[in-house]
Amino acid sequence: MRNAELIAEAGKIVDVAGKDAPLTVRGLTVSYGNKPAVFSVDASIPAGSMTAIIGPNGAGKSTFLKGALGVVPRLSGEVRIFGKPFHEARDRVAYVPQRASVDWDFPARVIDVVLMGLYGSVGLFRLWRARHREQAMACLDRVGMADFADRQIGQLSGGQQQRVFLARALAQNAEFYLLDEPFAGVDAATERAIVSVLKDLKSEGRTVVCVHHDLSTVPEYFDRVLLINVRRIAEGPVETTFTAENLQETYGGRLAATHIDELRLA
Amino acid sequence: MIDNLMTALGAEFVQLSLTPILIGILAAVACALPGNFLLLRRQALIGDAISHVVLPGIVAAFLVTGTITAVPMMLGAGAAAIVAVVMIEIVKRLGRVEPGAAMGLVFTTLFAAGVLFLEITDTSSVHIDVQHALLGNLESLIWFDAEGWQSLVDPAALATLPPQLPRLALVLVGIGLFIVLFWKELKISTFDAAFAGAIGIRTGVLGFALVVATAIAAVAAFDAVGSIIVIAMFVCPPASARLMTNQLGRQVGWSVVFATISAILGYVFAGYGPGWFGSPYAVSAAGMIATISGIIMLLACLFGPQRKRVGQQAEA
Repeated sequence: MRNAELIAEAGKIVDVAGKDAPLTVRGLTVSYGNKPAVFSVDASIPAGSMTAIIGPNGAGKSTFLKGALGVVPRLSGEVRIFGKPFHEARDRVAYVPQRASVDWDFPARVIDVVLMGLYGSVGLFRLWRARHREQAMACLDRVGMADFADRQIGQLSGGQQQRVFLARALAQNAEFYLLDEPFAGVDAATERAIVSVLKDLKSEGRTVVCVHHDLSTVPEYFDRVLLINVRRIAEGPVETTFTAENLQETYGGRLAATHIDELRLA
Repeated sequence: MIDNLMTALGAEFVQLSLTPILIGILAAVACALPGNFLLLRRQALIGDAISHVVLPGIVAAFLVTGTITAVPMMLGAGAAAIVAVVMIEIVKRLGRVEPGAAMGLVFTTLFAAGVLFLEITDTSSVHIDVQHALLGNLESLIWFDAEGWQSLVDPAALATLPPQLPRLALVLVGIGLFIVLFWKELKISTFDAAFAGAIGIRTGVLGFALVVATAIAAVAAFDAVGSIIVIAMFVCPPASARLMTNQLGRQVGWSVVFATISAILGYVFAGYGPGWFGSPYAVSAAGMIATISGIIMLLACLFGPQRKRVGQQAEA
């Protein structure tokens, strides 16, 4: 009975992006303590799209990603990845946490971090081997970091660290990439390199979702937006959804209307 | 002094010093191995916490069973370790305090409760005291029936080895296997827990298994060498090793080397060192082993090749 209800309910939300869309979320609520960080958010990400998750600081953008992937426990809500529960579609998804969420003083070289992305192809009780190293090197090459393979990760700049994280995600060879603030604190060259890799992924038919902060680059980098401020404000194509009204609603008084107009023109 | 050492390595050495040194090495390495991961997870205090709560554990076990045989003692200590870990989690979640504070709160409270237990109950007739709990009695773990190196192949003599030796060897093999078999998972989840969770590593279960391994090492080592060594070995060899290398595998290797050196030098200095300075007394081996590990840490801080890594980050 309960299952039948759930299936019927789930049927209502998948129609927007298609039944086996990379991500469909309904009523996602995550709370740290008493106050919900994300409250009853719905979203559906169509295949082959490139979506920016936008909202003010503390609006629950990162928490939305973590909740969708089960990295933090959900209070309620239903998540489908390619039409399945996440644990059944795990190997089709690559998640890039915020660069600042790890301790870069950890004793590892660049290549060691990228090898972590090949975890799924190594097998239980086994270790990484030469062919994994080759694959990891190819991924480092894609982000322009092949020369840094043996460098200790603590010696990298912020932009280089972010590229290493992206290389680790590339090593996962996933269909669906979720990145948490990939452009935070990186240099301009790194930003261009990352955008180029992400656009390549999209052109290969893969799906990309980024938590993104810089409103001025949204129309240039992305084709869809998901506006969040604890609740979902709006979701859709950049042309119709990335509007002054929606941004005003998302950011409240924190973003002057004139400022938004400038962004739209940029 | 050389003559002393030569005599010391004869039959008398096998009988009096070989087993304590081996037990010291096994205890030190068994603690240093999980210590590497605790250190990198910023959980180094958990080893400290567990080794403190062993005291109330064994007192409680004695009060329940009335004996001081090894099995109930170790069960009591193990149970106390689990209680402490659960209490730390509860304090962390309900009190919303940082993990270090939660650990400090729980282990000092439980250790104090253990001391109170000792004082208000009639345990004076048996050999449990705070001194023993802290420093153990490594020097007493001698091999009575050994008559020299040939005893190592004599089944009758081997049967009389101190039981701590095979027990610690077994614990060390278990912990070693755990770390080798789950190397990838431990490495990934220690570096990036969110990523580890997303690729399907059961980070919660693995973290708990690491704490259980820590508790087993602490309890087994405590029985032989007391909690001072246990606390020192969870932290000092891994921390020194971190200053020697930038690769996790090598760090673990260095920590084993440092733990072994600490155990050997500490025992030798404690037993023979005072004699070199004309003193007829030996000092506590456990205390000396912990001291040596601290000196190694100091040397690593001064001369370790990776000592400057903090603050060296280039920002482009």
